[in-house]
Amino acid sequence: MQLRKLGVLAATAALVLGACSGAATATDPLGVIKVGANDPIHVAFWGVISGADASLGTDSLYGVQIAADDKGGKLLGHAIQVTTEDGLCTPEGGATAAQKLAADKTIVGLVGSSCSDETVGGIKALTDAGLTTISPSNTRPALTLASRGPEYAGYARTAHSDAFQGKAVAEFVFNVLKLTKAATIHDGSAYAEALQGVFADEFKKLGGSIVAQEAVSKGQTDMKPVLTKVAAAAPQVIYDPVFVAEGGYLWAQSKQVAGLEKTVMIGSDGMFTPDFVKAAGKAAEGNYLSSPNFSAFQAGYADFLTKYKAKVGKDPISAFHAHAYDAANILFNAIEKVAVKNSDNSLSIGRKALRDAIFATKDFKGITGVLSCSASGDCGAPLIAVYQITSRETGGTWPPAKPTWP
Amino acid sequence: MKASLIERLTEGAIVAFLWLLRVAVVLVVVVGSALTIMSGRYSLEVYVGLVVSGLTLGSIYALIALGYTMVYGILRMINFAHGEIFMAGAFAGYFVVTASDKLGFLNQGAVSAMITIVVAILVAVAVATPVALLVEKIAYRPLRNAPRLVPLISAIGASFVLQYTFRGLFGPGIYSYPTVDFLDRTLPISGIIVRYVDVIVVISAFVMMTGLYLFVMRTKLGTAIRAVSEDKDTAALMGIDVNRAIVTTFGLGAAMAGAAGVLYALLFRQVFFMTGFVPGIKAFTAAVLGGIGNIPGAMLGGLFLGQVESIGPTLFLDGFNVPSPNQLKDVIAFTMLVLVLVFRPSGILGERIARSRA
Repeated sequence: MQLRKLGVLAATAALVLGACSGAATATDPLGVIKVGANDPIHVAFWGVISGADASLGTDSLYGVQIAADDKGGKLLGHAIQVTTEDGLCTPEGGATAAQKLAADKTIVGLVGSSCSDETVGGIKALTDAGLTTISPSNTRPALTLASRGPEYAGYARTAHSDAFQGKAVAEFVFNVLKLTKAATIHDGSAYAEALQGVFADEFKKLGGSIVAQEAVSKGQTDMKPVLTKVAAAAPQVIYDPVFVAEGGYLWAQSKQVAGLEKTVMIGSDGMFTPDFVKAAGKAAEGNYLSSPNFSAFQAGYADFLTKYKAKVGKDPISAFHAHAYDAANILFNAIEKVAVKNSDNSLSIGRKALRDAIFATKDFKGITGVLSCSASGDCGAPLIAVYQITSRETGGTWPPAKPTWP
Repeated sequence: MKASLIERLTEGAIVAFLWLLRVAVVLVVVVGSALTIMSGRYSLEVYVGLVVSGLTLGSIYALIALGYTMVYGILRMINFAHGEIFMAGAFAGYFVVTASDKLGFLNQGAVSAMITIVVAILVAVAVATPVALLVEKIAYRPLRNAPRLVPLISAIGASFVLQYTFRGLFGPGIYSYPTVDFLDRTLPISGIIVRYVDVIVVISAFVMMTGLYLFVMRTKLGTAIRAVSEDKDTAALMGIDVNRAIVTTFGLGAAMAGAAGVLYALLFRQVFFMTGFVPGIKAFTAAVLGGIGNIPGAMLGGLFLGQVESIGPTLFLDGFNVPSPNQLKDVIAFTMLVLVLVFRPSGILGERIARSRA
């Protein structure tokens, strides 16, 4: 009897309290995140930080941390707390990471994921939770198509779409290298499959021919069978935009297959890391990798590199640190815009308002370019370059000095 | 009456299904191969190249499979941490080969390269063996008389512990073996590329397998191992040190796996903490394929699996114009496993042993 009375009392108290706080702050269709007076602003990074592709996500994570450092570690008088969750570069890993983050009601916004597969697996959980994520390195075209599904409402990116990258590589091969017979190899990932598709379409449009389209599986080490099969079609160039481990096997073993000794190998941003060049070894020399055009970045990039080196102790280990820095800053800016400061110094942040503010980003001066977000979440400046790998890079110096093209 | 009719019908359906499966797979293999060969898309050199690639990979699978099969033979358990022993060997070899490269010794010619490789293999064996013995002592010995599922779970746990210990020690990144110029030289055969390393891997694998076979068949300790695997209790009554036989088995299997780790890394160059996972699963498959518990069976199973993975996708599926068939190589490999088990439930060479034990 006594207990039940107490329960009723507690419930009433909770109701009253709830009503009070509701009245004190703005309402939001997706709910309001309350940041207590002494609580940090909690943001998250999700992406691949372990396994063979760890350098891709770790590099981006450094970008986010440097962005937070540049704010003095504080936003609106609250410390910035960055939580990380590993997406393993797979749809399943992405789904697990996203569900875990979606369950944490203190998280305001996210930067991530690293691999398009992670987003494909995890975006629904985040969007359903009212959260918004900005990816620094997802490049699969479908993620920001106008026709994308409603589950992508909480998704934007500062990375370029591979609709640009695939086209750029096709133009480079056809117009600059003057090669007309190409083969492609992908690894079944959302990223690689789409990218080689764009390349093949654009290459055919330019007048080239695709003599073979093959695929390997993730975790595969023996690439000679697939390369032998491709060699039978006698391509002049093989485009294999996969990730570090499989890319390393493909390039190294391409020199061990009869008929491919002189074939040009081209990879893309997923392989643009010193780990990859080490794994491919001497086989990388003379071949090409496409990636964001670092020499077209804004003046702030030089400063950023100094900070990166001071923080990490070495030059960037992958291609998307600057995109991550910009993504984090877009998120921080949006938070500053929509957060309502209450009298007790606590903050109220509307989830829908934050999402709208991110998508409304216009003429944002980032270090990768002047960024404006489209209605379907494309915020990136699509500047692609192709770099040739030489003995300088295989000798341990990274990144390549300057692009071969444009 | 009614129940028995249903029972008989289900049984009939299962038998019919199994026959259908056999016929379907054999049909795909035969028709697919015929179509591919008749299409004339690939020259003889292409097929020879695939066989060579399958042979190198297969001999490594065989080396690892020996560890699975020997431990199963003596303890009736699957040592799932075996792939990690292999990875430990590959890591140990990495430090030797890299050190040799840094000292400028590695690429001074054939002799220095071979000395480095031999030292790397010896160090890998010296690292892998104690790791395996430690795993046996901590994770398996206390459970020797427990129900059979218990050590299996303990093995999976040991596998995770080893993986993440290496991750903790060396981080998640990839370590690449330095290039050895001597190994990259090729045999003077036109049309296909056979590197020295391919030949070295296959020869060393066969030497090690023969050595192991002779050890088990001809020496006193080998006889003890076979006796314990036939009947532990009777062997103990006959005055055989059962513990010593088991420890020797683990040690031998680990030595093979450690050496295989170095050979694998010489072929593929990359090493990281999950390196042992896929080859471990494949080698386990090879052991089952050959008839688990049977040493020549594991060798045969490894070589068979290597060939199927290498030549299977092109030979079986290309004739049907399946797009990117190489992505399906694991499907083909495991379908072959199912097929072998449907035809011969105890594996290719399993039955002889099973009968002689019965």
